[in-house]
Formats: sequence, C-alpha cells, structure tokens
Amino acid sequence: MKNKVVCYFSAAQSEQPIICQLIRNYDLIVNILKANINPQKEGYLVVELEGDKGQYEEGIAFLKNLGVIVEPLSETVVWNEELCIQCGACASFCPTEALSIDRDTMIISFDNSKCVVCGMCLDCCPTRAINLHFEVKEAV
Amino acid sequence: MTYKKTYEEINEKIRRGEAVVVTAEEVIDIVAEKGYEKAAREIDVVTTGTFGPMCSSGIFINFGHSNPRIKMKRVWLNGVEAYTGIAAVDAYLGAAQLPETDPENKVYPGRFTYGGGHVIHDFVAGKRIRLEAVAYGTDCYPNKKVDTVITLNDVNEAFIFNPRNAYQNYNCAVNLGERILYTYMGILRPNLGNASYSTSGQLSPLLNDPYYKTIGIGTRIFLGGGIGYVAWNGTQHHPNVLRGENGVPKVPAGTLSVIGDLKQMDPYWLVGLSYIGYGATMAVGIGVPIPILDEEILRYTAVKDEDIYCPIVDFSEGYPYCKPIDLGFANFKELKSGKITINGREVVTTPQSSYPRARQIANILKNWIKAGKFELTQPVQLLPSADADIEFKSIPTRTPNGLFLNGNRRRD
Repeated sequence: MKNKVVCYFSAAQSEQPIICQLIRNYDLIVNILKANINPQKEGYLVVELEGDKGQYEEGIAFLKNLGVIVEPLSETVVWNEELCIQCGACASFCPTEALSIDRDTMIISFDNSKCVVCGMCLDCCPTRAINLHFEVKEAV
Repeated sequence: MTYKKTYEEINEKIRRGEAVVVTAEEVIDIVAEKGYEKAAREIDVVTTGTFGPMCSSGIFINFGHSNPRIKMKRVWLNGVEAYTGIAAVDAYLGAAQLPETDPENKVYPGRFTYGGGHVIHDFVAGKRIRLEAVAYGTDCYPNKKVDTVITLNDVNEAFIFNPRNAYQNYNCAVNLGERILYTYMGILRPNLGNASYSTSGQLSPLLNDPYYKTIGIGTRIFLGGGIGYVAWNGTQHHPNVLRGENGVPKVPAGTLSVIGDLKQMDPYWLVGLSYIGYGATMAVGIGVPIPILDEEILRYTAVKDEDIYCPIVDFSEGYPYCKPIDLGFANFKELKSGKITINGREVVTTPQSSYPRARQIANILKNWIKAGKFELTQPVQLLPSADADIEFKSIPTRTPNGLFLNGNRRRD
C-alpha cells in the first residue's frame, strides 16, 4: 500500500534515524515531500510511505511508539472554493493533476488524494485560495 | 434588402419581455444550426463576459467632511494610500496601490498580500475600513489629521472609474530564459516551461464587436456585479493593428474605460489579487450586451475560439527590453485545451482570466435583459476604430538640462 502522512516530532525524536529505520526494518519506500525543523529541533515531515500492508502498519506503529504524531496528509491541504475565482492558473503547475480543469467547462477541481504537497499552487494562486495547513503541535 | 433592427426596436421587445437574448457562446451553435441570416432576424441581443486581472482600475470616493473640515494632503484606506491631489475630501484609490509597509520585492519574490484591489473588495463587501488622512491646515480647512473607521455606507459617493479594462486580445506570455520569472502574467517557468494567457476568447466583449460598431461612449454594461457604463476608450486603445480576415485583432488592440456606482456592486465580481513577485491588482467582472442590429454584427458575435489568435511573447528579454522576438501566434482553442506547440515543442498553458466566471457574467446579463431589468443604450459616440490614425507611443528619451524645475516658473 501507499499513503501520504504528516509526522510531527519533538527534538528528542528528530535526533533519531527514524527514516533509516523505516526503510531498513520495515522495508518501506520513503519519499520525503516536505520537511521543516525549527532551531529547537521540533518539526514535521510530509512523507509518502509505500510497502507491504502489514509492514506499513508496523512502521506506523513504530513511529507512534516513539511518540511521533502521525496524521493523514489530506487533513492539512485546504482549497478554499469560496476564495477561488476559477482562473485555472494552478492546474498547469500541478504535477499530479490533483488540481485539474474540466476542459469543457473550464471549471477547476481539487482531488486531495493526488496531491503531493509540492507547493507550486500556493505561489501561483492570485487569490491565495490554496493553503497548506500544518497544525504544528506543541513539543511532544 | 438586408434586415436591420434599431436600438429602440430591441428595447421595445425587452420591455415587452419578448427579446431573444443569447450568450456569445450560445450564438455559435445557433448560427451553425440556422445560418447567419435567420439567426440575425431571430436574435436581438448577444451577451459577453470577462473576469480577469485588470490593473488599471480604481475608485473615486468622496468621504464627506470632518469637523473641523480638512483638505486632505495624503489619505490611506487600510494603510493603502489613495491619491488626493484633487478637491479636499475626494480621493482615488488604485487597484495596484501597495501599502508603504509592504516589503515589495526586497524579499524576492514578494507576496503582495494586500493592496488597493483588496481594499476595494473589502469596501464593497461592507467591511469596516480604517481611514487615515493628514493635512497642512488652511483657514478654511483647519483640521490636520483624521483617523477613524468607515464603511461604504458612510461615504457620499464611491464609484469605479477604470482607465483601461477589457483588453481586446492579449499577449500569450512565455519564458525563453534560464530562470523562473514572476510577472503580471503569473509565474513563467524557464525554457518554455509554460505559456500564460489572459482573455475569455469567444466570450470576450471586444472580440465579439471587433470594430466597436455597437460598443461606444455611454454603452450600459455589467460592471462588478452592478450596472456601469463605457466612459471613453481605454488608455492604450490601439485599434489600427494587425487583424484576421474575420476582423478580430491578432495583437492587443482596443480597450475600454468604464464607470459605475460602487454602492450597487458585489465583492464577488471585484476581487483583490496578489501576483507573486509582481504586485497587487484586482479582478474585474465586465459584461457587454451587443445589439444584433444587422447580419454583419451577428457574424462578429459568432466568432469562435479557434478563430481567435494572440501573439506569443517572450518575457525574459522580448517584453521587458522591447526586443522583437517572433514566436508566432497561439490559437485560443488550443490555449484552452491546456497545451500549445511553440517551436515544435509542446508547452502547457496557464490561464489568468476566469472562463467559468466570464460565462456566468454573460448569463447574468442575459437574464437581466430577458427580465426587462436592463435596456440597451445607443453610444453617444463610437470609439476610434481600425481606420483611426493612432500611433502607439513610448516615453521619449531627452535630457532636461534643468528645464522646468519646480518653482522656476513662479510668477511673483
């Protein structure tokens, strides 16, 4: 199976080779889409994890046991349809067609499950209708 | 003898609720089915629409007086400065104006989160706006400072007066350079990474009346969700350009200057925009009704996306440094498909103007006319057309040599 998750971690966890262990011990393919660590060494990782279902679940359990908060990515990507004026500029920058245009109506739509959080849509949207919302929690 | 209709005949039908009104999209299929002559007899009005960034936009406001009275020298709305070099409490707020606190491109590319267009959007939405003004004080206007909160209801007049809107055709922007560009046409990826365009094509007002035979001074229009009027030709109105056989310009050509009461408009149709690395502006909704006075006018309104072309312009060198680089023309149907071919390469297209909202405007205007709420006006004067002798000018390079310095022409 394949899934995108956001991992929030504290300073203690950020010093551990978590990603390395996910790959070695659980045979997962890890694709880091976005990462941010502040000077206090707290931060988050947006990762795509791919592997056998059983090992995927064990890998997630391993992260949670370390105290890493794991949340599905879809909860953090926001397309504000009310702010969107349907210009369609974002679609040409979206590498996965998560933002796509119906060519008959020219209406734009957003499919969360295809989004890889590259962030290009954030810059090219003139109404700032697209936001990446990472609710960074307090240190664990 | 060809069939002709007058404005008055069309308005009479509108008043009786019998006018046949269709959008500039719908007319295409009707013509395909019935032919030009029959369609011209049956259809009374074709409605158009466009909704895109239009920097040359803004509002005049009369705030009313403070007590004691003030002759504003500088004035700010939510921190964005308006021009007040006119009468005491009159001001003009431009859509592209930025607050002095904006970091602009000091941190490149700048975000330009809030500017004049955003203030106008908030103002027309009825939101509370901080009004600050300073003055030097005179015997008649002693007040030197105002700092208060206003809403649209508190001002005497607020009307839109946009010097240049609804550009008839516009360049398709690309980037031949090596680095990403942040422009008024959005983000342009290097090495022909994308092609950005901004027009509603077959729905666009001036592409449906390419020689301005019905759109002129005094034409009543849909403006910002309310009713407005064409005030004049827009700035940079340049009608005598290269045109296709159908009369449609193949390069940027005519423009409109429009005016209308902000108090009856809607924030949905006046939206502040932030172009990364470029600045702030405003999307303006405009719809123009075209009376089908005869078959020739109907033919123009039946123009299709595939019959509309725009020039492809390089923004790395060509546009900013006025270098002629021939990249050919893009067809609007292809632009809308999401991909065009430039120099044998497939390039993804980036729209800047909202086609769904343009369609919405054409439909709203259609419904207004069908309901008898909106009658057509005959222009009091037509705009300069393709036969006009208009030269497209640039700023001359001359050395002032101390001429006309401030004060050296005083008469005392």
